[in-house]
This record gives sequence, C-alpha cells and structure tokens, in this order.
Amino acid sequence: MTSTVVKKEGPAAVTPPVTVGGHVRNYVSRVRGGEIGALPAVLGLIVLCTVFAIMRPSFLSAGNFANLFTQGAAVTLIAMGLVFVLLLGEIDLSAGFASGVCAAILANVVTVLGYPWWVAVLAAIVTGVLIGTTLGFLVAKIGIPSFVVTLAGFLAFQGIVLMLMKDGSNISVRDETLVAISNRNLPPAIGWALVAVAVAGYAAVQLVRHRNRSARGLVTDPLTVVLARVGVLAVILGVAVYVLNLERSRNVLITSLKGVPIVVPIIAVLLIAWTFVLQRTSYGRHVYAVGGNKEAARRAGINVDRIRISVFVICSSMAAIGGIVAASRANSVDPNTGGSNVLLYAVGAAVIGGTSLFGGKGRVLDAVLGGAVVAVIDNGMGLMGYSSGVKYVVTGVVLLLAASVDAFSRHRSAASGNR
Amino acid sequence: MSATPLLELRGIDKSFGPVQVLRDVALTAHAGEVTALVGDNGAGKSTLVKCISGIYPTDSGEFLFEGRPVSINSPRDAAALGIEVVYQDLALCDNLDIVQNMFLGREKRTGVVLDEPTMEQMAAETLAGLSVRTVKSLRQHVSSLSGGQRQTVAIAKAVLWNSRLVILDEPTAALGVAQTAQVLELVRRLADNGLAVVLISHNMNDVFAVSDRIAALYLGQMVAQVKTTDITHSQIVELITAGRSGALGLAAEPAGGNGAGGAAVGTTPGALR
Repeated sequence: MTSTVVKKEGPAAVTPPVTVGGHVRNYVSRVRGGEIGALPAVLGLIVLCTVFAIMRPSFLSAGNFANLFTQGAAVTLIAMGLVFVLLLGEIDLSAGFASGVCAAILANVVTVLGYPWWVAVLAAIVTGVLIGTTLGFLVAKIGIPSFVVTLAGFLAFQGIVLMLMKDGSNISVRDETLVAISNRNLPPAIGWALVAVAVAGYAAVQLVRHRNRSARGLVTDPLTVVLARVGVLAVILGVAVYVLNLERSRNVLITSLKGVPIVVPIIAVLLIAWTFVLQRTSYGRHVYAVGGNKEAARRAGINVDRIRISVFVICSSMAAIGGIVAASRANSVDPNTGGSNVLLYAVGAAVIGGTSLFGGKGRVLDAVLGGAVVAVIDNGMGLMGYSSGVKYVVTGVVLLLAASVDAFSRHRSAASGNR
Repeated sequence: MSATPLLELRGIDKSFGPVQVLRDVALTAHAGEVTALVGDNGAGKSTLVKCISGIYPTDSGEFLFEGRPVSINSPRDAAALGIEVVYQDLALCDNLDIVQNMFLGREKRTGVVLDEPTMEQMAAETLAGLSVRTVKSLRQHVSSLSGGQRQTVAIAKAVLWNSRLVILDEPTAALGVAQTAQVLELVRRLADNGLAVVLISHNMNDVFAVSDRIAALYLGQMVAQVKTTDITHSQIVELITAGRSGALGLAAEPAGGNGAGGAAVGTTPGALR
C-alpha cells in the first residue's frame, strides 16, 4: 500500500516460483474467499454416488454407469449451451423446446422426407442457429428482456413441435447412424485410444504452457501440480473407460454390450471445443467481459450486441444437438421431446456445476459436472423406486441448494473482496 | 514546454436539443504537462471530455492535434490519435484479472489463440514503467483490488497503447488520503514521461498539487486557462462559482493576456470550421 518504496525489480519479473505448499494454500484461501468453482458439484457427486451405492448396489454396476451417460447426455448438451447465455446474466427458457423443434425437423427430414442422416442433422442445427439468431436479435437489438423473449419462445416452440408432429402423433427415427449416437458403443480398443489421445493432448498443452511461461520468467504453477493434474485426468478417464469396457449384457450369448457409448466422445469433443473458445480466444474473453461489466466492454470497443446475439445462437445450436441426441435415444420424436423437465434440468445442471445466474462466472465444464449430478439423482432415485414426484422435489431442492451456494459464495467474496 | 500544444480545441459548441452545454470552448493540452479542468457540476466538463474522446459529435469547432486539424468522429478516431480516457467509474470488469482488463478489446493473439505470456509481460513492463509496485499478482481479479489499485490499473491500461494524451475523469473522487497521494504521484509521472494529461477534478488540493495549468469551465464557457503558479486557490474558486475573478473570467476581456500561450476564452463567436 505504501507508495513507491522500491521493493523489487518488476511486478512479475522476479517473483519467486510458487511452491506446491504455496499452491495448495492459495487454493484453500481462494475457496475460503468464496471462489469455490465446481467444488460443491464434485462433493455433491461423491456424496450422492456413495449414498446410492450403499442403498442400491446395482447403482454401481457397469450397465447402470453406461446408462448414466446416455440418460444425462441431452440435458448436459443443452446445459453447455446455456452456460454461454448465463455468462451474460441472461436466461434462455426456450432451450428445451428449441431442442424439441430441432428434433422434430430432424425426424421429418430423415423419416418423412427420406433424406440421408447428415442432411437431417444439418437441418436441425441450422434450425437451432435460426432460433438463436431470432432470440438474440429480439434481446439485443429490440431490447426485450431475455426472460420474456424466451418465455414466449417456450410457448411458441411447444406449438411448433405440435404442428410439425401432425397433431400429436410421433415420428420414429430408424436411421442407423442417428440411432447409434445414443444406443451404440465404441469398440473397447478405440475407447482406450481416445483416453490415450486425451491424456497426451492435455499433458502436452499443460507442459508447453508451463515451459513457455517459465522461459519468460512469468509466475507458473509448480511442475508437480501440473503433473498431478495430468495424473488425475488419466486416472478418472482410465477408470471410466475401464468400467465402460466391461461386459454389461445380461446374456453374452445373445448379444455383447460393452464399450464407451458413442455420445460420450461427442460430449467430450464439444466440451473441449467450447472450453477452448471461452478460455483461449478473444471472443470468449469478450463474453466474460460483457457478463462482468457491459459498459466497460462497450468502452473497450467490444461489439456488445454481437456478443449477446452470438450466445443465444450458441445456446440454441447446442439445444439442437441435445435434441438430436434425445431423438436418437428414444428412437423417435414426439410432441413432448425437449418438454417437461428438460429445460429446468439443464438450467439446474449449469447452476449446480457452479455457473452464476448473475453473469460473468462459469465454465462449460460446470454444465458437464452439474449434468452428472442431475443424471445421478434421476437415475439413483429411479433405482430406489421413488416416484417421479419425489424425483422432481429432490432435484428442485438440489437446484435451490446450488443457487444458495452461488449466492452465499458471492456474499463471501464480496466480504473478502474477491468478486 | 513545447511551442505547439499537443491538442488544441477552438470554438467548440455542443447542444443537446435546445440546451447549449458547451459554448465556444477553447482548450489546450501540452505534452509533458498536467492540465487541470475544473468547474462546478453541470459546467460541461464531462461533455467536453466526451467530445474529445469522440463519444459525442460536436456541433462546431476545431480540433488541432500537434497543430494539424483533425476530426474526431468516434472513439476509434480518438484512440488512433493516441487519446485515452480513464473514466470516473473506471470501466474495468470485476470478473477479469489485471492483464485481461488491460488488454480488453485489444488482445494480443497468435492465430486465434490468445497470447497470454506476451500480454502478461507487456502489462508487467507497463506497470514497472510507471513504478507501480502495489499489486501483488497480475493474475488477481480486479474485484480484489483496492480503489487506488483499480485506478492504477485503469491508468496503466490507458498508457499501454503508446497514448499521447490521457484524460482522467475525477481519478481521486472515491479514494482515501494515502491512495489519493499514490494516484496523484502516478498522474505526475505520466506527464514527466512526456504525455499530455488532462485531469478533471473537484478537489482543489489535488489540482494545485499536480497541475501545470488550470482551465476553468463555467456554465459551458471556458472562463480562464492559466498557469497554476499564476493563480490562487480562492481565484479558482471564484472562477468556478461565479465565472469571474478580478481581471480573469467572463466580463473582462479574456485571459488571453495572461501570457503562457493558453488559448483562453473564445473571443470570436464566428470562429467556426
């Protein structure tokens, strides 16, 4: 605080390297200061899994583990898109039925019109982009609050799905490729190969970054911490793929069922791609800036309207992908695809994972972690034989808990001057 | 003092509908000097700054930059000339760290990827160049900084881009005594590094502590621009509150006679472009 007494050469140039202990202390003090990130989601996941595993040992079976992924996939994908909207402090209530509209387009193109699968997928995603552009335009350029715009979308899209479904009947999706997304698995060897690629890639990125920074004399995390991160990732991925590669068919003679569900690498690739966009590109930086202080972003020459429109486009496009995955899982599209609890689960997933409803804070990984929590609750409660009623109540309570953790951590950080 | 002022404004008029906010305003800013811009609330200080920074178009008047006539129609034009404004409400994003804030909107990239190490190094060098040693880590969130540190970051952000003229809008308004001293020291250092600085302030102590010249606005008119050494505290207060003080100010034929080359009161109402 005292002004210009010379203490050291330059702010970063001569900073001593951070030790492992120092790194841990930094982390602990950040958490105590309210920067808890995904900690509640991870802890919640561990607690829930432990409870369910004790109450229903079948929860831990390989078959159920694989089910978790396919059950949670659509919600997780929609939640990943919602993170972008939430980062700006906006909301998209229409994402659920937007995924329904896109799924309906997919089913119509592939089944009714008989085009190949990729045309249908393209049509669904283009529909998502159009929906997002419209919503974003209404929010950013016309200036209607996103809550109202997307609430209107919620109602209207529900109607559009009904109309596309020719009054309430459902359309089946039989195309092999589309059905495979949620219902087929990768050969075990490919699963292992993907783990190797992912771990090696992550290690390379981390080590190159570490070397670049220390070469320039900038503050770096200690090498031990970097290696520990890589190790943790390798262990998590390794265990997951090992379990998924176990035989989970009830009768091996009839059919063999093992390997990583195809939807898992799809989620992983999107997770990496969007994380890259948010953390490593100036577009992502601008999204955080607009979410943190719109006026400051505008004065820094950022086109705020364009950013606001773009997040709605991303959200609706991800909803489209979620819709495709949902259609694949059900082998059909009906008027309730993307309806009932899908949207609320998706918002819940993003918030439970640690994305702030107040904007400016959140990661795409949050959506995946939160999506896992939602899927575990849904799945575990189902195994324990509770009714849908109880499931909804519990999920609601968990969402409320997550939102209060968010609010609480904001108070905490305000008190410690962290946010 | 250089002969040609870095920035010279002549005969600036600005109205919002029927309300004329600036009337035939003249202002000069010299490289290596701190020019304090004073005036009561509503005198037109902020409007004048927004005209200089290209946020508001002027109705009429001339901009001279290093003696050359220029037109500033957008913030981009101002930035291209090297004019940077540090606003009263800071314009920093709380959820980003110091480096991210300093480069916001002008990030360094290699390909599409942000070049974080280069940005961090440049930020460190800029802060070191300003002899700023009060921040612990360049990677801490701005929300964890004190008011003085935030102001420091905002100022460092403004000088990062080889700017020539830095305009500071009430940089000490919300600060404590020690932090005010810190920021004023930084302001002085900017001028000593050869930049032209325009300092808007209500605090006469600050004005007399750092400025080389004082320009006083009264109800949208520039009533005097004089050297700080040629004027007293009470004279400035009179200029701010009444628009005149002895020979200076409105009624008397203006302060052009005050030597010092300060283009004072606009005398010729017809001095249009």
